[in-house]
Amino acid sequence: MRPNLILHVIAKFVIPLIILFALYVQFHGDFGPGGGFQAGVIFSTAFILYSLVFGLDTAEKIIPAHWLRILAALGVVIYAGVGIESLLLGGNYLDYTLMGSNQIAGQHLGILLVELGVGITVAAAMLILFFAFAGRGRE
Amino acid sequence: MIDIVINITLLAFLAITSVAILRMTNLFAIVMLYGIFSLLSAGLFVVMDAPDVAFTEAAVGAGISTVLMLATLALVKRRQKPYYDEAPRAHRPWLPLVVVAVTGSALVYGTWDIPGFGAPGAPAQTHVARYYIEHAMPDTGVPNIVTAVLASYRGFDTLGEVTVIFTAAVAVLLLIGGKRPKATVKTKDEGKQDEA
Repeated sequence: MRPNLILHVIAKFVIPLIILFALYVQFHGDFGPGGGFQAGVIFSTAFILYSLVFGLDTAEKIIPAHWLRILAALGVVIYAGVGIESLLLGGNYLDYTLMGSNQIAGQHLGILLVELGVGITVAAAMLILFFAFAGRGRE
Repeated sequence: MIDIVINITLLAFLAITSVAILRMTNLFAIVMLYGIFSLLSAGLFVVMDAPDVAFTEAAVGAGISTVLMLATLALVKRRQKPYYDEAPRAHRPWLPLVVVAVTGSALVYGTWDIPGFGAPGAPAQTHVARYYIEHAMPDTGVPNIVTAVLASYRGFDTLGEVTVIFTAAVAVLLLIGGKRPKATVKTKDEGKQDEA
């Protein structure tokens, strides 16, 4: 790929902002619009932009494919694990009330963890989809 | 008042975009118009006070889908093949016209019974929504009711959704993920020599 100076400079400037915004959407989802799904998608777009500008091979060096597979599974494990944790604490499956000192604290922690699981799985799944489609044309 | 003007403008643009998509054969332009269509829908959702849905539509519909379609487009040709190899056969246009007219009028007739937007007596407002609005804050302490419903009240549903996304990723990996097999078929001995 021919180096394109303007694209490179602007992408390097924009990518951290996208990641920051994704984290904001992820952890501010309790108070404003957003949550794990949106944050995961926004997070993955940062890496997609990177691979569009700098090439697929460079992007795959940053996030190897086997990492993505582990992360996609990890999100589901976190989500289901929160459910099992609340079972072990004596509540119902995915009933976060017992996870904190009082109901509000428990719900807060539970929702935060569950949304984190959603975000990780969505971001990894989107990147898997993108790399699978975009990598298809090579060799 | 301003809401109505924005709604009508956005809906008009949606209609124009969909007609343009139908009439085009340049696939690249069609993909771009899909993105614009999603962005317009996201704008409509914002006007209808559903920022969470708008967020998802803008990120997934206008962002990721466009990128995935462009990635697919890189593998195929940029122009749609003409539908007919030769000149199109003469066909009667009145039959599809009648079907479209009947379906359209049935749909319009159906909308007459839909309660007005945000009407307090609508089934969507009287079922569980009232419970969520009254109890979400004391139950969970989360100001965004959408998040409270999604992650806490309906935690099982969301777990299912995450599993669906995970399954989709696994399915894509299984179908087109791995390296392509080499085109030439090697005999066993040649393969061993290559490894050595």
